[in-house]
Amino acid sequence: MRVVEEGERIPLTLYDWDPEGGTISVVFQEVGKTTRLLAKMAVGDRILNLVGPMGLPSHIERFGRVVCIGGGVGVPAIYPIARAMRLAGNEVIAIIGARTAELLILEEEMRSVSDGLIVTTDDGSKGQKGFVTDALRGLLESGLKADRVVAVGPAVMMKFVAETTRPYGVKTIVSLNSIMLDATGMCGVCRVAVGGRTKFTCVDGPEFDAHEVDFDLLLDRLSQYVEEEKIAALDR
Amino acid sequence: MSRRVSPKKVPMAEQPPHERIGNFREVPLGYTPEQAVEEAKRCLQCKDPPCIKGCPVEIDIPAFIKLVAEGKFKEAALKIKEKNALPAICGRVCPQEDQCEEVCTLGRRFEPVAIGRLERFVADWERENGNPTDIGPPAKRGKKVAVVGSGPAGLTAAADLAKMGYDVTIFEALHKPGGVLVYGIPEFRLPKAIVEAEVEYVKSLGVEVRTDSVIGRLYSIQELFDMGYGAVFIGIGAGSPMFMGIPGENLNGVYSANEYLTRSNLMKAYLFPKYHTPIKRGKRVAVIGGGNVAMDAARTARRLGAESVYLIYRRSEAEMPARIEERERAKEEGIIFHLLTLPVRILGDDRGRVRAIECIRMELGEPDESGRRRPIPVKGSEFALEVDTVVVAIGTSANPLLPRSTPGLKLNEEGYIVVDEETGKTSLEGVYAGGDIVTGSATVISAMGAARKAARAIHEYLSERG
Repeated sequence: MRVVEEGERIPLTLYDWDPEGGTISVVFQEVGKTTRLLAKMAVGDRILNLVGPMGLPSHIERFGRVVCIGGGVGVPAIYPIARAMRLAGNEVIAIIGARTAELLILEEEMRSVSDGLIVTTDDGSKGQKGFVTDALRGLLESGLKADRVVAVGPAVMMKFVAETTRPYGVKTIVSLNSIMLDATGMCGVCRVAVGGRTKFTCVDGPEFDAHEVDFDLLLDRLSQYVEEEKIAALDR
Repeated sequence: MSRRVSPKKVPMAEQPPHERIGNFREVPLGYTPEQAVEEAKRCLQCKDPPCIKGCPVEIDIPAFIKLVAEGKFKEAALKIKEKNALPAICGRVCPQEDQCEEVCTLGRRFEPVAIGRLERFVADWERENGNPTDIGPPAKRGKKVAVVGSGPAGLTAAADLAKMGYDVTIFEALHKPGGVLVYGIPEFRLPKAIVEAEVEYVKSLGVEVRTDSVIGRLYSIQELFDMGYGAVFIGIGAGSPMFMGIPGENLNGVYSANEYLTRSNLMKAYLFPKYHTPIKRGKRVAVIGGGNVAMDAARTARRLGAESVYLIYRRSEAEMPARIEERERAKEEGIIFHLLTLPVRILGDDRGRVRAIECIRMELGEPDESGRRRPIPVKGSEFALEVDTVVVAIGTSANPLLPRSTPGLKLNEEGYIVVDEETGKTSLEGVYAGGDIVTGSATVISAMGAARKAARAIHEYLSERG
């Protein structure tokens, strides 16, 4: 998406869509120049460029029991996955988390597409105190058998989800949030190491096997433009 | 009849190196009308002109040059546009020295006629003096053709088909049409206003351009047929950047040339923060590769303020694929060539950022399958260059996005689309392809030549179907 002529192209994840009505829904957090410009737009304003859907579709099938985890603004991204997993006949257990109660979003929507929902907040202002990974560990330690875990959230969260499920050998899928430019496989800025091989998040992903992803590299690469992001933020 | 011919081309003014490294404006400044006429008079007007055969799109070169010599610039423009919809672009980026000018009769004894400069002059003159080219809309055939990609191949196929009376829609993935002409080739070599003007010309022929439309995601090829398109031309370019596979290539500060150039050209990161897309303004930059793209990246780095720019190439300059002109300009701009040098790994700091590149010296051995002498590492010759940015410009491979989502489209082992060379016909009925997605990285003009053949074949195909 690009908001203005001088603007950057940024990747956003769909929360919902309505082919009949011709609409898509996205949830975004104001974190940088582009998302702030987007937030300033009013109903009826036009977004300059929108291209998609990009990347490979989520892998949905009847696995059995699927744990769907969403952290922060990852919740809107896990929502359609949880819904599709449930429609495919899976038992869906959802874990959603946020720093604090007022940042928690889409709780009711998540409840409506899952067989069980656990809410966590870092400060304990709502649901269980702690991280989504604490709740996940609790489930696995209690002997819950999961056939698949899907997690979307900040890179650090996804890294710790991977570490939590690794000892249990549960196949875990994460949806990566790499920096992108064209998102058509042309530039390679979104490259990640998966199983020791370089992959492009935009065309080979965004979903990968969490146990194969080099999260430290992902975290480093996400920090590439922190200085420039500050300059851009200052520029009006 | 003998006449005196100047042995050298009329020189073209250009921005001096010390000046141009401080800006992104075009380097060569073009001919004045007087210079163009003078140069045009050097043409021998051969009876059996070899230059036309040297041109992939078969421009009637002696005819347009004769018109220039007579001062009939508008007529010259019309003459070129009979065959080439993108003359201002071709006049700038074609490797004329390997094509029309290579076979120029005058070139046997002297410098060949400056065909490229004259083409550029005519196209620029036409643009600056209003667009007088009015061939009038052709009779519509009521048949639709979809063109995927708006680079040199797509624009040429679209223009040719539109002139034949087809309703052509170009689907472009990015937000601006032009493909490599807008994301790849820098402003200082091909001003974007010129690309825009030539795209406008193609649109004026009745071609519709739909940007932000990724075929393979938004619509499949089959869906294009379902939407009523009778034939599809695929001209999506090669597009997927290659890396060397050496340690450290995923460090921050390592760019593919595609990324580096796209940030700077398409997204105008050189104007950051006015334009919001950032680019690292490295102080010490290493560019790996020896092609035109490597030169573009090195010269871009210089303009972004790099104090030292190293061009690292594993063979010698004789084997370099970059045009001589581009190599010379790069050298004039202070780019340091490390020839017969192979990068072995990129070293990072504790924050995952590039700090140096380690290389090994090479020597040339026996010729390899490309006919060029194979470079062999010299044991113990490793050395490191302190750099903060690395740009990998070693070529591209086939972008898998469209082929992967098109069942039945035959690809070769490298992922390029297999076509009949004369027609661009693919394994799918009604689907044609041309340009880099067929041949791998090549030139603007060869993509245009392939697109022209495919356009003819599409016309035949649709005519037969009635």
